[in-house]
Amino acid sequence: MSRIFTWIRSHLVVLAGVLALAYLVLPNLVVLAFSFNKPQGKFNYEWSEFSTDAWTNPCGVADMCQSLSLSLQVAVLATIGATVLGTMVAFALARYRFRGRGATSAMIFLPMAMPEVVMAASLGTLFLNMRIPFGFVTILIAHIMFCLSFVVTAVKARVMSMDPRLEQAAQDLYATPVQTFLRVTLPLAAPGIAAGALLSFALSFDDFIITQFNSGPTTVTFPMFVWGASQRGIPVQVNVIGTAMFIAAVALTVGGQWLGNRRKAVA
Amino acid sequence: MTSTTAPAPARAIPPDDAAPPARRPRRKLTAYWLLLPGIAWLVVFFAVPMVYQGSTSLQTGSLEQGFKLTWHFATYWDALGEYKWHFVRSFSYAAIATVLCLAIGYPLAYTIAFKASKRWRNVILILVIAPFFTSFLIRTLAWKTILSDGGPVVGALNALHVLDLTGAVGLTSGDRVLATPLAVVCGLTYNFLPFMILPLYTSLERIDPRLHEAAGDLYARPFTTFRKVTFPISLPGVVAGTLLTFIPASGDYINAQLLGSPSEQMVGNGIQKQFLNVLDYPTAAALSFILMALILGMVTVYMRKAGTEELV
Repeated sequence: MSRIFTWIRSHLVVLAGVLALAYLVLPNLVVLAFSFNKPQGKFNYEWSEFSTDAWTNPCGVADMCQSLSLSLQVAVLATIGATVLGTMVAFALARYRFRGRGATSAMIFLPMAMPEVVMAASLGTLFLNMRIPFGFVTILIAHIMFCLSFVVTAVKARVMSMDPRLEQAAQDLYATPVQTFLRVTLPLAAPGIAAGALLSFALSFDDFIITQFNSGPTTVTFPMFVWGASQRGIPVQVNVIGTAMFIAAVALTVGGQWLGNRRKAVA
Repeated sequence: MTSTTAPAPARAIPPDDAAPPARRPRRKLTAYWLLLPGIAWLVVFFAVPMVYQGSTSLQTGSLEQGFKLTWHFATYWDALGEYKWHFVRSFSYAAIATVLCLAIGYPLAYTIAFKASKRWRNVILILVIAPFFTSFLIRTLAWKTILSDGGPVVGALNALHVLDLTGAVGLTSGDRVLATPLAVVCGLTYNFLPFMILPLYTSLERIDPRLHEAAGDLYARPFTTFRKVTFPISLPGVVAGTLLTFIPASGDYINAQLLGSPSEQMVGNGIQKQFLNVLDYPTAAALSFILMALILGMVTVYMRKAGTEELV
């Protein structure tokens, strides 16, 4: 008995950590389990019986897959926009001393330190005042705006940790500035850029608050669809999509890491 | 941090290329060209809207007749009067959720950094980040199932008399968890936990484990080692984590809407209702302006106290 107590005492931190992990993963497991449910009413909160109907017919709900494809389009375009603009800003901040550096840093930091609802309401107010109709373009503008800062932070950290002598070496070997940039600088910065892009994609794809304030009646993204459904009745297919996204994300991360390890082993 | 004036090796190229890049005006111009599109985007779609919102909050009128700037400061008083409890709830729920995130997240971050083998470390980190990729609305709705009335979680909490305790502080009432402040706090904690764990892990990971050994050699007990060595070094992570949790949590309205009842509504719910349903833009603008000012004020004081360097 006392041995058990000693074991618990010496592993207290790990036990607490495992409990925390369970707290984080539990909802995903519930989403997974209830994707096999056959609910009796309109809502999918109570277990009734096992069924694979939703998995065999994921697009069986009106408008859901349409909203999914809209979300994917927005996320891809927002990721491209934010990554290009953010990488440029990150290079300027990491490589140059210039007037207005502090103000620039503050400008990058503030969107991350602002509750989403404040940005959402103020941007929506601007579009209203300018009489710009809400729709695809306004969603895209908003998404690029809030993803930008995250890209800058990720890329800047990477560029700062790069050895400047590698670029000097390239120039010593008579590489033109363009060659140096394309063959040395960009490949070195690539992991940071990839991290920023991945983060942008996830943030944009999952965004609800800013999208709700800046989208039109016909542009319903996937999170907006789920929100609407949570009031009218949720199809099981929502859980199928949620689970599929989770599995795809884990597979991507694990695959990426495996590739990275292999490349390291080869090199 | 890399210094731009790293010792340049002797070289045969004209000195023009060897000089540290930052000092020359032509290169400086490059910096501005690189900054221009990104910063312009933020100015037009982030900073200008903030100013616009300030002006909107002082306008009067209606959607049909148009709004006019009348310096109508009374909107602020009316908004504060109507929504003062929303503000109180927002900040107290966010504060409780932040403390809970720290209490739950610290052991996990500590486990990943010091207790887990390299292989497990990556697995756990993926599990921490992966929920990000499932729509968080779906995950929040899953809490409706987990906390459902008469479900196993509520039953266990009841058996352990936890609900009596939370009921005494006013977080729950009766045998329910759903539609009480506890459910909202629980959802907030869950939603923002990764934002606490990741900065904590980053700052813990940098600690040299030999420091722990050294403390042990100097007869520090494990808890003293933690209190005097580990925790102080991880403080920047604690500060970053609390900010990343508290700020979004205080503006959130999704958890209050999905897991709470109308009496748990937060300020975000008020802004959303005024903007999207009532179409009273001045009130929505005033509310979000007050929220922004309060948060900026709190963050400034907190960062002064905590004394962290550049966060970006």
